Amino acid sequence: MEEQRITILTGHYGSGKTSLAVALALKKRALGRRVAVADLDIVNPYFRTTDCRSVLERADVRLVASAYAGSNVDLPALPKELYALIEDPDTDAVLDVGGDDRGAVALSRFVPSILRGGYEQLFTVNFYRPLTRTAEEAFGVLREIEAACGLAATAIVNNSNLGRDTAAKDVLASLSEAARLSRLSGLPVRYTAVDAQLAPALAGSVDRLLPIEPQSMPIAR
Amino acid sequence: MAERVLMKGNEAIAEAAIQAGCRHYFGYPITPQTEIAAYMAKRMPKIGGCFLQAESEIAAINMVYGVASAGQRVMTSSSSPGISLKGEGISYLAGSDLPALIVNVQRGGPGLGGIQPSQSDYFQSTRGGGHGDYRLIVLAPASVQEMASLTVTGFDLADKYRMPAMILADGTMGQMMEPVALEVPEQTVYEKPWALTGTRMQRRHNIVNSLYLQPEELERTNLERFERYKTIEQNETRYDAYRMEDAEICVVAYGIAARVSKNAIDAARAKGIRAGLIRPITLWPFPSAPLKAAAEQVHTFLSVELSMGQMIEDIELSIRCKRPVQLVNRVGGMIPSPEQVLAAIEKAAKEGGARS
Repeated sequence: MEEQRITILTGHYGSGKTSLAVALALKKRALGRRVAVADLDIVNPYFRTTDCRSVLERADVRLVASAYAGSNVDLPALPKELYALIEDPDTDAVLDVGGDDRGAVALSRFVPSILRGGYEQLFTVNFYRPLTRTAEEAFGVLREIEAACGLAATAIVNNSNLGRDTAAKDVLASLSEAARLSRLSGLPVRYTAVDAQLAPALAGSVDRLLPIEPQSMPIAR
Repeated sequence: MAERVLMKGNEAIAEAAIQAGCRHYFGYPITPQTEIAAYMAKRMPKIGGCFLQAESEIAAINMVYGVASAGQRVMTSSSSPGISLKGEGISYLAGSDLPALIVNVQRGGPGLGGIQPSQSDYFQSTRGGGHGDYRLIVLAPASVQEMASLTVTGFDLADKYRMPAMILADGTMGQMMEPVALEVPEQTVYEKPWALTGTRMQRRHNIVNSLYLQPEELERTNLERFERYKTIEQNETRYDAYRMEDAEICVVAYGIAARVSKNAIDAARAKGIRAGLIRPITLWPFPSAPLKAAAEQVHTFLSVELSMGQMIEDIELSIRCKRPVQLVNRVGGMIPSPEQVLAAIEKAAKEGGARS
């Protein structure tokens, strides 16, 4: 599959978009590209990309976030540098779009530039989360997000997990539902994302495995 | 898919309410409990329920009053400043003997405060919060699983005793994600012959009201209500004890503070200090009896709170000030660390119950 310069992560809230955004940005950076992660969450004042600032800085990945992100100021705002980032042909952009369809509205104003730049929109799903327990429910959320942001999703990321309690069998149990979502939507499953600790156990049995370091919400530690 | 679901505490409350038969939710958004309203907005229309975003917290609690009068299970939720606004309506619910569930996902105060977690509405909730002599059944979950199970308990107790109940959580409990096993609770049917359901010309009409202009009559309703409260104190007090068997130091904490305290107690035990935890699950009725019993065994109590020393008063009352009770706290949205609690336990162990 051809890599696009702009990677957009969407999905139901709590589906793991931020952990994925960090993982994909680090992956692109490891290939030697200039990478920036943009925090487009206008809904959730708590856990967001800004909480992963140090991880990104260590890897020399730029973080583009609103001045209010992570400041406890409960104010929906977008970072001003976002326009430049989306237009910049020399930087790979990973856009972390929080907050369901309401959050995806924030993306819509950038659609013309995103279409010019080339994009992939990865719809992230955790089938262990409420309201996306089945392929049908997840497909409904996918359609709501597409309608809100005005951009079609291009692939699915299966990020099914039960937090720290996740076992390899839980990941395996989610594969059939991801395949059903793929058939329903006509979109390929781009990755099955798993906690890096589980990756060795699943390496043989899962295609397109993406090991990630789950970024936990600081408040819940 | 699997039976377990990865839920935020706020989502767990909303789903558990639906499973407990709640089909009416009225609220007004406020961080950090907005996911409850968002979840209800998505789910209620699909199951023939009613989600309504009211024009204010005051409107929402009065809508709760209306549905409760009709004998239906009903819930509202908010966070600290919003609960203050609901105070008048909660008092009216109590004065009219109406069952309802009110959720407070606390944030730092006073005033607008901040959006980070707090337990500083302890006095407000355990003393009623509004005007007049009344109590709320106050339930304090310490995990996402308990956010679900105590929501069901809250509805049951409210119906059983015909009074409002409250889930007193905090921003951490609302926002944190944990796996939850959602079990469909056995539905206990509570008869509500007092409810306003229409007489069909077959009975005298019911009246739901909190206005009693004759003082003798108003006194009688207060006395009757407090007889009921005595029964609740006897039958419905809930708590959890952890490593208390041989404890010399008793940590008392609820909600997120109890989780932090457990870590500190394990660390203290590893250093040979015999510490244990009593975790109130009901803040009213407060588990006074086990604390009073513990006072015969331990030399010091610690009250670990995200408030300026509120629960500590109930501990002192429960043990009749027989032992020293020390406050270990952070406020304003800060959370005590296990290290802070461990340091307090170590200091208490050194002092051995001497009063400073």
